[in-house]
Amino acid sequence: MSDRTNERLSVFKTYKLYVGGKFPRSESGRVYEVTDSQGKWLANAPQSSRKDARDAVVAARKAFGGWSGATAYNRGQVLYRVAEMLEGRKAQFVREVADAEGLSKSKAAVIVDATIDRWVWYAGWTDKIAQVVGGGNPVAGPYFNLSSPEPTGVVAVLAPQESSFLGLVSVVAPVIATGNTAVVVASERSPLPALSLGEVLATSDLPGGVVNVLSGRTGEIAAPLAAHQDVNAIDLAGAGADDGLAKELEIAAADNLKRVLRPQPVDDWSATPGTDRMTAFLETKTVWHPTGSLGASGSAY
Amino acid sequence: MTTDKTTDNTNNRSSAFEYAPAPESRAIVDIAPSYGLFIDGEFTEAADGKVFKTVSPASEEVLAEVAQAGPEDVDRAVGAARKAFEKWSALPGSERAKYLFRIARIIQERGRELAVLETLDNGKPIRETRDADLPLVAAHFFYYAGWADKLDHAGFGSAPRPLGVAGQVIPWNFPLLMLAWKIAPALATGNTVVLKPAETTPLSALFFADICRQAGLPRGVVNILPGYGDTGAALVAHRDVNKVAFTGSTAVGKQIARTVAGSRKKLTLELGGKGANIVFDDAPIDQAVEGIVNGIFFNQGQVCCAGSRLLVQESIQDELLDSLKRRLSTLRLGDPLDKNTDIGAINSEEQLARITALVEQGEAEGAERWSPACELPSSGYWFAPTLFTNVTQAHTVARDEIFGPVLSVLTFRTPDEAVAKANNTPYGLSAGIWTEKGSRILAVANKLRAGVIWSNTFNKFDPTSPFGGYKESGFGREGGRHGLEAYLDV
Amino acid sequence: MSTAAPLALADVTASDSTLRRFLHGLPGVDAVGLEARAASLGTRSIKTTAKAYAIDLAISMVDLTTLEGADTPGKVRALGAKAVRPDPTDRTAPATAAVCVYPDMVATAKAAVAGSDVKVASVATAFPAGRVPIAVKLADVREAVTSGADEIDMVIDRGAFLAGDYLKVYDQIVAVREACGTDARLKVIFETGELSTYDNIRRASWLGMLAGADFIKTSTGKVAVNATPANTLLMLEAVRDFRAQTGVQVGVKPAGGIRTSKDAIKFLVLVNETVGDDWLDNHWFRFGASSLLNDLLMQRQKLATGRYSGPDYVTVD
Repeated sequence: MSDRTNERLSVFKTYKLYVGGKFPRSESGRVYEVTDSQGKWLANAPQSSRKDARDAVVAARKAFGGWSGATAYNRGQVLYRVAEMLEGRKAQFVREVADAEGLSKSKAAVIVDATIDRWVWYAGWTDKIAQVVGGGNPVAGPYFNLSSPEPTGVVAVLAPQESSFLGLVSVVAPVIATGNTAVVVASERSPLPALSLGEVLATSDLPGGVVNVLSGRTGEIAAPLAAHQDVNAIDLAGAGADDGLAKELEIAAADNLKRVLRPQPVDDWSATPGTDRMTAFLETKTVWHPTGSLGASGSAY
Repeated sequence: MTTDKTTDNTNNRSSAFEYAPAPESRAIVDIAPSYGLFIDGEFTEAADGKVFKTVSPASEEVLAEVAQAGPEDVDRAVGAARKAFEKWSALPGSERAKYLFRIARIIQERGRELAVLETLDNGKPIRETRDADLPLVAAHFFYYAGWADKLDHAGFGSAPRPLGVAGQVIPWNFPLLMLAWKIAPALATGNTVVLKPAETTPLSALFFADICRQAGLPRGVVNILPGYGDTGAALVAHRDVNKVAFTGSTAVGKQIARTVAGSRKKLTLELGGKGANIVFDDAPIDQAVEGIVNGIFFNQGQVCCAGSRLLVQESIQDELLDSLKRRLSTLRLGDPLDKNTDIGAINSEEQLARITALVEQGEAEGAERWSPACELPSSGYWFAPTLFTNVTQAHTVARDEIFGPVLSVLTFRTPDEAVAKANNTPYGLSAGIWTEKGSRILAVANKLRAGVIWSNTFNKFDPTSPFGGYKESGFGREGGRHGLEAYLDV
Repeated sequence: MSTAAPLALADVTASDSTLRRFLHGLPGVDAVGLEARAASLGTRSIKTTAKAYAIDLAISMVDLTTLEGADTPGKVRALGAKAVRPDPTDRTAPATAAVCVYPDMVATAKAAVAGSDVKVASVATAFPAGRVPIAVKLADVREAVTSGADEIDMVIDRGAFLAGDYLKVYDQIVAVREACGTDARLKVIFETGELSTYDNIRRASWLGMLAGADFIKTSTGKVAVNATPANTLLMLEAVRDFRAQTGVQVGVKPAGGIRTSKDAIKFLVLVNETVGDDWLDNHWFRFGASSLLNDLLMQRQKLATGRYSGPDYVTVD
């Protein structure tokens, strides 16, 4: 027991979900204990239910039209703003990551720096991905033919279990950079950085519902998300350690042919990503336009 | 306002709803009495102490005295850029990106101040600098910032290398925007730069230098050398410059091409134009009129890609010209700092003289000249919006770039003829197509020899969209993924 | 006030197919271009004397409106009093152009504005949906006219329009025009939100004007999207072109969604720079609005006193 005449008593944060731009508790009223690597109690986190998952999907769907309809430039501005806000809260997140992953302050700081830079990386992709994966196709006829990438819709993301912050951002940012909206299931053991990320997102001009963060038992909430008919894709990163679970979820996802990103082992989340976490959630639309032929014998415009 | 088809100059400017003066305040920008050159992170005098003055073309008031760079200064600046290149190109792309993002953000923060400054130094309306120039400047830095650490996705192989020191010479028509088009891709790819702004518009580049300092950009990465044509020539010819980028007149562009011949310098040029704005008989007329007006009167027509030739289908010529003249009568010419001004001042006395001479020639050659009633202020450099009708390809005003608010109207009978006339020029920068028929847009666009084609719109720019010309409008592209190529060793 | 199609365009309305060919032959509208022009005019900066002129003009152009199921004589009387004397603390504030009510409130409204120049406009033809037989629509109109309405705001049959039955829409307007007699001016409401495309709005504008509308009006104010700068600009272009072709001048009334003085002034700029002085008068341009009036009055107070005003200094009807 500390000597309270010298130390000021801190105000504990009540961790809430981040859904539709607001911070609700779980509708089930349940919480579960989150401990650090030594077993010391850190906080109670909401234990989300299938209904929370359902509500998050509704919020994500509602936000999709506006977010995918925003200009790529605007999305880039917002993602950069997230980086700006995060930079300001570095100290907070260094503490949270150190606690969550049992790291020293200096190792945690390296991770937080890398996370901020990861947002900047993806901020710079929003208005370039179309130029890299899209283009005109030289079809053998009088047609202008253009292929362009479009966001697939609502993406369920099971965040990595171990890398509670850098890994989290590395799976969430590429989803929303291209215009998708996300329902994110935080790491079961270390959900707090993800829930705190909601505070950063809420102050970054990110429209409510673009990212929704749920905490709880991964198996319990992943199942209704994988089966949900209004979810277009699912990233199974957080089911990586459990082959049985990953397979189950992939089977459930097949009911409406969700695009599935299977878990891949990642040794080093700080390595520069490629483009596959963005292209996994992009559809390609190819449009044909007649150009009218310009024959030598009179025009056909 | 009656729509009397028979009289062509009926506009009586007084109306029931008179707009009161709505001046943007000058107080937001603090213009010092004098500015130096910006070399290696410091403002310094020219080695020989030479200075020149920059004036506001709307009032002829002197805005500031500016150091004039000579050969010694060019040499020192290139040396500073060379020195800085080693570290700058070795930085991880993600770090270079963050410098450029900082610069973009500061430009956004100081956007109003920079817009007022640009309007004062250039003469263009505040509405344009505020709503068009400055947002594009910031957007350009944002866009290229994002490429700095993604170059191996750009389609130029893995880990493409920068060229070294870039010597960049820019014109006076969009001073800060042309600076952004040059500096952003150069820095993102790892080059360092020495940039010479135009002699009539040095100020926004010098404020940009201050922004580089605010952003903590390492010294020597950006160097700004105000001066005249000789400064530019010295820069372009300097043996330690690896890359030359020039935007300006075709005549000077050719000179530069000769200068770098036989060297290893890479060159891109963005030169003049005589853009054809083609209006078909099924065009959405009211929007086409807006497009024509925008095409030739935006920035007082001092735009390389201006739609300076209107090619209208003969069957709708009268109807279109009536609508156009009626619309021109609503243009407001005057104080560029007034938020309701549509047409500002011509950038300089020299440019005004050039426009005047070409317009006189147009009249002498028999084209019919028309302007809406327009009161020109007593001081400053002004030219009323002007139409020439009954113009043919043989007229000077159909061939020579006037670079002013002067539209030459020609007709065509069929799409084939429109295409032939549009292409019948040594230039090839831009063109416009107005029609409701999608297949015609695509067919005509296919055949036009121009680097930028606008369909049912005009003068639209975006940092993601490559811009540049065919033929004597220059070579190389600025903007987009394509715009990286000029600054990479590929 | 004109009857059916002006002489110049008489054959256009001879049959359904000639009418269709005419309407479909009108110049197309590029939506992006139209909206850009409207937005650009929205950046005009209207200050000081210009603002004062615009505010007073806007007030004089308001059709102060109440069209609720819950309207009572008391409510309509209050509306009428406000229309006649909008600002009790400042008699120099102009009266509004009209009040706009349902037909069964016309008599009450007439009494409330008696002795002033404020007109009584009545919606009719089973406003807002208009989904009743033509006989019922005409009875609705006659009722309003008999009760003393100076103006009738009718709705067109959007179902017929969207089904391509242009002549039916035309004939209905002509019939309503006749039922108005020589006493009442006719405003024709298109419900632009339901017509959906700018091409349709242009066609409806010409159709309405051919049929004898005194005013073309954007919307009922009862749907999600009502008057916008772009759709109003388009209608201003239509009345401009109609007068150029036929010599007949028709008014324009945007209605619904215009809440602030800033909005209203933007619309006046559109009028000024598209059709000019001839339409800058409440005989030819109106705002269909209710809460707009108080914002105009507060802005007027600010100009007069230099201080920002507040809701306590304007009346709730």
